[in-house]
Amino acid sequence: MKYIDEFRDGEVAKGLAESIRREANPERTYHFMEFCGGHTHAISRYGVSDLLPGNVRMIHGPGCPVCVLPIGRVDQAIRLALEQGVMLCTYGDCLRVPASDGLSLLKAKARGGDIRMVYSSADAVTLAQKNPDKQVVFFAIGFETTTPPTAVAIKQAAALGLKNFSVLCCHVLTPSAISSILESPEVRQWGTVPLDGFIGPAHVSTIIGSRPYEFFAEEYRKPVVIAGFEPLDVMQAIRMLIRQVNEGRAEVENEFSRAVDRDGNKKAQQLVAEVFEMRKNFEWRGLNVLPYSALRIRSQFAEFDAEKRFPLEYQSVPDHKACECGAILRGVKRPQDCKIFGTVCTPENPIGSCMVSSEGACAAHYTYGRYKDVA
Amino acid sequence: MSEGKVRAGYVRSLDIKHGQVDMAHGSGGRAMAQLIEELFAKHLGNEYLAQGDDGALLPAQGAGKLVMATDSHVVSPLFFPGGDIGCLSVHGTINDVAVMGAKPLWLSAGFILEEGFKLADLALIVQSMANAAKAAGVPIVTGDTKVVERGKGDGVFITTTGVGVVAPGRELSGRCAKPGDAILVSGTLGDHGMAIMAVRESLGFESPIVSDTAALHGLIATMRDSGADIHVLRDPTRGGLATTLNEITRQSGVGMMLQEKALPVNPAVNAACEFLGLDPLYVANEGKLVAICAEQDAEKLLVAMRSHPLGAAAAIIGRVHDDPHHFVQMTTGFGGKRIVDWLSGEQLPRIC
Repeated sequence: MKYIDEFRDGEVAKGLAESIRREANPERTYHFMEFCGGHTHAISRYGVSDLLPGNVRMIHGPGCPVCVLPIGRVDQAIRLALEQGVMLCTYGDCLRVPASDGLSLLKAKARGGDIRMVYSSADAVTLAQKNPDKQVVFFAIGFETTTPPTAVAIKQAAALGLKNFSVLCCHVLTPSAISSILESPEVRQWGTVPLDGFIGPAHVSTIIGSRPYEFFAEEYRKPVVIAGFEPLDVMQAIRMLIRQVNEGRAEVENEFSRAVDRDGNKKAQQLVAEVFEMRKNFEWRGLNVLPYSALRIRSQFAEFDAEKRFPLEYQSVPDHKACECGAILRGVKRPQDCKIFGTVCTPENPIGSCMVSSEGACAAHYTYGRYKDVA
Repeated sequence: MSEGKVRAGYVRSLDIKHGQVDMAHGSGGRAMAQLIEELFAKHLGNEYLAQGDDGALLPAQGAGKLVMATDSHVVSPLFFPGGDIGCLSVHGTINDVAVMGAKPLWLSAGFILEEGFKLADLALIVQSMANAAKAAGVPIVTGDTKVVERGKGDGVFITTTGVGVVAPGRELSGRCAKPGDAILVSGTLGDHGMAIMAVRESLGFESPIVSDTAALHGLIATMRDSGADIHVLRDPTRGGLATTLNEITRQSGVGMMLQEKALPVNPAVNAACEFLGLDPLYVANEGKLVAICAEQDAEKLLVAMRSHPLGAAAAIIGRVHDDPHHFVQMTTGFGGKRIVDWLSGEQLPRIC
């Protein structure tokens, strides 16, 4: 595949691995967090960590949209489908996220809920047009990458005058999650999570640009390198981070310059600002309630807000007691440190959300890397 | 097909062009007899089907063992680039019999029809089955028809059962892979699954991807004639190559190491998978096989496979080794290693 294979070239990878090995100071260790699930997936799928020296370690971050979705939000979606009889549309990964009472959207579907997997928010609008006698709700999740398409869907529904389309908005913001990690006592106070830098988001940064990360580099003295989701991008970013650490710099650098600039996609930002506003508080799985960390629909578009159209009170639900997803999302623990990893909690029967999406740290380690634990 | 002949002169013939399946076509009465006579028997006819009894009377086989396999087909859509549910239901079952090392001899076909299904579409499907069975030299010798109310089915579901015979000592099983063996595939991966995916309404992208549905017993005969010491054959359908290899490692109690660079994938399939976030290793095939053979015979087997039109893109993709954990692993094109795990969940429902 043109423009894809070039970023997966094994020969180039060998060269990069060699220069990383040369540049990494053998006297110290390097701990870098890849924020995004896309990076986690690439690292596991292509075996990137096999190419890194032992003193360069990757910590998986919280940037996996379904992993940070709290049980209470999935419960709301399930209630809409089972109690309100709506046609609930969502992205495929959401279907298996465990919710209360042993349910998930997939299990709610088996109980008779009309739950549809869509590839795009536009598909949900089309379903609303085709089914005028049904209420259609789009369960909108994800970081800044998936937010503009949801804004487009709402504006499109408004333009079409659709009376049977609404959105359960669970869009969250990347910078809030990064601050939460940097402010956590494990990083700030106790130093139990050593963190020498971040691989910054790829697709999210195409929307928000590289500017929002400058604060983290300056305030917390952590280098950030924005990188694409291909394995060579990740390798290159690791080399750039090692150089920053070695030279005592803490800057925002952009490895993904083929798609990201400092300002991001202004048109998308305007669209999002037009349709959404900040929520005062939003619960994240693993990171608790974070202030100003998510979006809700502006009152101007209130008729498309499922939380206003349907009786939907939010109830926070604690995670399974043994589940370590919270600690894993904050980088405090690794998947294999969780007692129920691979025993009670497997991709077929996920207990925690990190075992659901292929971008989740647990699912990625289970699917691609667990041979390392038994070797 | 147990019903007697309908006397042509007294019956108005079926309106295949405009007609639809109705409940009477499954009632066991005259309408059903007519459907069988004018549609099924007309296209599928052969000496065994013509016996018209409750079952087919078949010649007993001499030495060797019988192999029997059954497969239900619920593919959606019913017609797709490169095939339809009819030929698919013939190929799928023939392949299941053939990879056991057997020569497929006969098929049965059970139809579950939905009230309101167009007879014209049914005729196309039955013709396609007839063509596939004829090309394969494996007649459909007995069958059954049921009709369910509108909304209780999805057009047509077809179950086929195949019987074949395997010569003494020529049986194959997924239990026979041994450390050191070579792993081969007969061609590109994921074509059937992506062909189906590409035409599914909700995706709406156009592509030239065509299903690979085909009967593999001819290719298998060529492979066995080569004299190579074949230990395992399997057709990697639902769940794709990854799932099939995991089944074999578990059955044989071994591990495997694949080379990502050696995997044959059609560039259009690769691009479509990339676009949809799928992995060709997990996408269904309907005309491909995996062969595991003694290391020293790998090249000989590869040459034999490539000499057959259905094996032209065959490749050696890895080796079997000792592994108490039965992992299928892969050296990635990038130079790292990873597991090629069982398929988790449902990648693509109603694929065959």
